[in-house]
Amino acid sequence: MRYAMAVDTKKCVGCSDCVVACQTENDVPIGYCRDWVVETMDGTYPQLEVELRSERCNHCANSPCVRCCPTGASHFAEGGIVLVTHNKCIGCGACIASCPYDARYPHPKGYVDKCTFCHHRVKEGMKPACVAVCPTKCMYFGDLEDPNSDVSVILKKRKSKTLIPEAGTQPQLYFLI
Amino acid sequence: MNEELIISGRENLMVDPQLHIWHWPIPLYLFLGGLAAGVLFFAALFYLLGKEDEYRSAVRRVPFVAPIALIIGLAALFYDLNHKAFFWRLYTTVRLESPMSWGAWTLLVITAVSVIWCALNIRELFPRWDWKYQWLKDLETFFNKYKKVLAWVMLIYAIITGVYTGILLSAFNARPLWNTSVLGPLFLASGLSAGAAAIVLASKDRKERLAFSKIDLIILGVELFLIVHMFMGFLASTQVQIDAAQLFLGGQYTMVFWIFVVIIGIILPGILDLMELRGLHIPAVIPGALVIFGSLMFRFVFVFAGQVSRWLY
Repeated sequence: MRYAMAVDTKKCVGCSDCVVACQTENDVPIGYCRDWVVETMDGTYPQLEVELRSERCNHCANSPCVRCCPTGASHFAEGGIVLVTHNKCIGCGACIASCPYDARYPHPKGYVDKCTFCHHRVKEGMKPACVAVCPTKCMYFGDLEDPNSDVSVILKKRKSKTLIPEAGTQPQLYFLI
Repeated sequence: MNEELIISGRENLMVDPQLHIWHWPIPLYLFLGGLAAGVLFFAALFYLLGKEDEYRSAVRRVPFVAPIALIIGLAALFYDLNHKAFFWRLYTTVRLESPMSWGAWTLLVITAVSVIWCALNIRELFPRWDWKYQWLKDLETFFNKYKKVLAWVMLIYAIITGVYTGILLSAFNARPLWNTSVLGPLFLASGLSAGAAAIVLASKDRKERLAFSKIDLIILGVELFLIVHMFMGFLASTQVQIDAAQLFLGGQYTMVFWIFVVIIGIILPGILDLMELRGLHIPAVIPGALVIFGSLMFRFVFVFAGQVSRWLY
């Protein structure tokens, strides 16, 4: 099993509903976020191109955060989801420094926090909160090893990219372009 | 011209707008760890070379700096943890993939070894010292019997500690400035030069001072070479590495790096050491203090600048 997510940059309108859904679902402390919307504007006026991306932890297959964690608090759960065990985390910040996407943050309670792909929902067969709530239905989630999953089907149909693949992390968050 | 504008909705504390997860305790610890490594390296080396009496300060007196530096450093590390109650988890796991994990174990060993070494030399500072309990006396006899083994362990672990402080940072691929394998040897050299400088500061014997001034001069030369080497590597590499080097070549850390680390911390004390060796009398405290200051600044500049350097996407 290999969980992955695909976000359609052509459909996303940047409403940030995914951000609010995540904060509500996961009780993210005020002022922090586990997912966020990035808007890039590229080109020369008037030939401008806008891309909207709902970003979060890439649940990398070769994740530097799991590698550098001194206590094994950061680990791979089933389907390659990268999770942090709170009572093993010492809050040293190594994983935060190791993430090229800056997807992690120190939770005010001390441990390091990040997107869990809504592990608690996924194992019940539900979709992650951000995917479930998206009003434009621009997000797809599922098992890459299952050719009939939402994410496999859309990745076969559309062109996609990952963020900084040259960092060698093998990210599992795809952006349809 | 083609330009890209990136707007992100993320404002996580200590992560945005640029990473600042590690504050003063980390560079302070890296400095103290390097200093302790340097001091213990020379103590073990000259003990094993049989120069215990010739370099009395280096072998017997200056090592007392090490456990103090290590304990302050460990306290700084502990202070920097965000989830302090779980710090013991470090010592229920061994993960060789994680420099911080094997580094934590290395620190445990080197701190213990340095305390034993100092205990064996305690009469150097307190000539009338008495261990009061028989089991402590027995322990002293035991370690005196195996002092050579202890010195070898100390020598090897001093090198590991010195290199580890650099590897800790160079393992982070996400921060291009740190992600260079030169950082291990460079931090070791910087630690050794600080250790030699501490011996120059503490020694009352002119011959010993001159010997360690010479050693310091050589290590400063190596350090300068490694710094040039590092920049050559960065500038011949990919865009993110070039951007990282630019932090020191015109960017926001240019002044503080070249003035405090390179000129005041390496070149100036190097020239003063050279003058001393040519027979001009320079008060030993000046080059010694400059080298230690430069070594401390080097850690601060590197830890802070590294957190600014990043991949752009």
